[in-house]
Amino acid sequence: MAKVIIIAEQRDGRLKKSTFELLSASSAAGNETQAILLGDGITDLAKELGHYGAQTVHLIQNPALKFYTAEAYSIEIIKILKSKNPDIILASHTPSGRDLLPRIAAQLGVGLASDCTQLSFEGNKIKVRRPVYAGKATVEVEFIGPGPQVATVRPNALGGAKLNTNQTAEIISITASLGTLKTKVTDVVRGVSGRPDVTEAAIVVSGGRSLKNAENFKLLEEMGDVLGAAVGASRAAVDAGFRPHRDQVGQTGKVVSPTLYIACGISGAIQHLAGMRTSKVIVAINLDPEAPIFQIADYGIVGDLFLIVPLLKDEFKKIKDEHN
Amino acid sequence: MNIYICIKQVPDTETKIKLNSEQSGIDTTGVKWIISPYDELAIEEALRLKEKNTGSTVTVLSCGPTRVVEAIRTALAMGADSGIHVDLPETADNNLIAKALAGAFKKETKIDIIFTGKESIDDGAAQVSQLIATYLDIPYITVVLNIEYSPQGVKCKREIEGGAFEIVEAPFPLLVATQKGLNEPRYASLPNIMKAKKKEVRVLKMADVEVSAADQKIRFKNFQLPPPKQAGKKIPGDPHSQAKELVRLLHEEAKVV
Repeated sequence: MAKVIIIAEQRDGRLKKSTFELLSASSAAGNETQAILLGDGITDLAKELGHYGAQTVHLIQNPALKFYTAEAYSIEIIKILKSKNPDIILASHTPSGRDLLPRIAAQLGVGLASDCTQLSFEGNKIKVRRPVYAGKATVEVEFIGPGPQVATVRPNALGGAKLNTNQTAEIISITASLGTLKTKVTDVVRGVSGRPDVTEAAIVVSGGRSLKNAENFKLLEEMGDVLGAAVGASRAAVDAGFRPHRDQVGQTGKVVSPTLYIACGISGAIQHLAGMRTSKVIVAINLDPEAPIFQIADYGIVGDLFLIVPLLKDEFKKIKDEHN
Repeated sequence: MNIYICIKQVPDTETKIKLNSEQSGIDTTGVKWIISPYDELAIEEALRLKEKNTGSTVTVLSCGPTRVVEAIRTALAMGADSGIHVDLPETADNNLIAKALAGAFKKETKIDIIFTGKESIDDGAAQVSQLIATYLDIPYITVVLNIEYSPQGVKCKREIEGGAFEIVEAPFPLLVATQKGLNEPRYASLPNIMKAKKKEVRVLKMADVEVSAADQKIRFKNFQLPPPKQAGKKIPGDPHSQAKELVRLLHEEAKVV
């Protein structure tokens, strides 16, 4: 059994699913599981962390913590970590987690295993694996020297967040004293789509150059919306200007591990496969039966995506309607 | 202005990764080495800032074995003024690299801004930028898509999740980690490649930057290639029956929808 502290994450007053995944995994392994949550006006969220396995929540609130910055967030987090002295510190490998945790690890004088896709608890230690070369290989990370083990975990990698409303956490409220800060978030420009991020979505629908133009991505968006999916793209589609770079899946874009990845008109260049091959289930739709994507696809359809995708959308809709 | 860039030399994205016989690393035989693509954006941004501020200098740093001098020369050919090669073992982890770079920066007289790529495409950990800034006790802004400069500092557009952006401000000196979309990196012209050969590249050893093997905090071991996936089912039939069957399989067999 280990003493585990999880850096919880919320944005716009909503907790991240990936935080629940970490809490559930730690709690299921029988660890003493604590969480640290930062923000402003988020007392209700602290209770929710208890339902996923946090025994204690350190709740840090301050108007200056409304938006994440590494500088402000690290101040109180470090104080708690140093006083509680956990065996293991975990966070999600999200835009905030990946920005923050190197600073935390450096301030504790320990190493950091980033973007882990496998994690197991063994006594008071963790054993982790992570991809390198965007998934063309994986490595085990050995922590050297004393001090807590610190890791960020890729969203969806652990799966299974378990809600139990009978579990509750002890909430310790802390008023942050932040002093003068150099880094300031002065504005947040919201995404227009309202769709989940490709790195966090449970389902990703991706398109390649075969989509022919930006307009045709509507087909994927419509099917994706039925599934609550994010829409990704191959490098070829991004280079052709069909989608912004933030949607690019592959070695020079985002690396994703959804439970379902649907590749539409993507041939499967090595750098693309690297970015999505850890997906749980892969579907490929391509006109070319020899396309490399079929070698890693669990289910393949050799055919014209312009015919298949609208039909799939209707079929998915039927399934969704039956189960709602 | 005193402008700095940190770059990493990595295998080209088209490289087919093979492991060495001990599975303690990759087999680098025949690997084509390039500057990590996000670092090229850092170089370009540094050069543009220099062009707007007469009298500025751009210094490029890279850690690793002797081969990384090639990457430094490429940055010099793009227009950087001088280079610093910090001689570190191939197996150096992010912490050792960042501490060595911070050590090199502490020997400089004045730093206004450091540019890095938001992550390298080899280990993809996205740690070194934040670690350097933390060790130097300066602010950092990562995954940056746009930068406005003022005499006091910068105002950056930073990419976050779900297609949203933050506008983040911080004063000089600071570190900015660049994201694709910030600019289009230039190519080195032939005359500039020739000129780059004469530019100075200083070499610093671990003792010079006050790091030791004890600054290595993690080690990668037991490398594995992804297990070969069995090619799955190709679903036969006309588009209607293909779509129907696929959704049935995803629902009943794979249980993912």
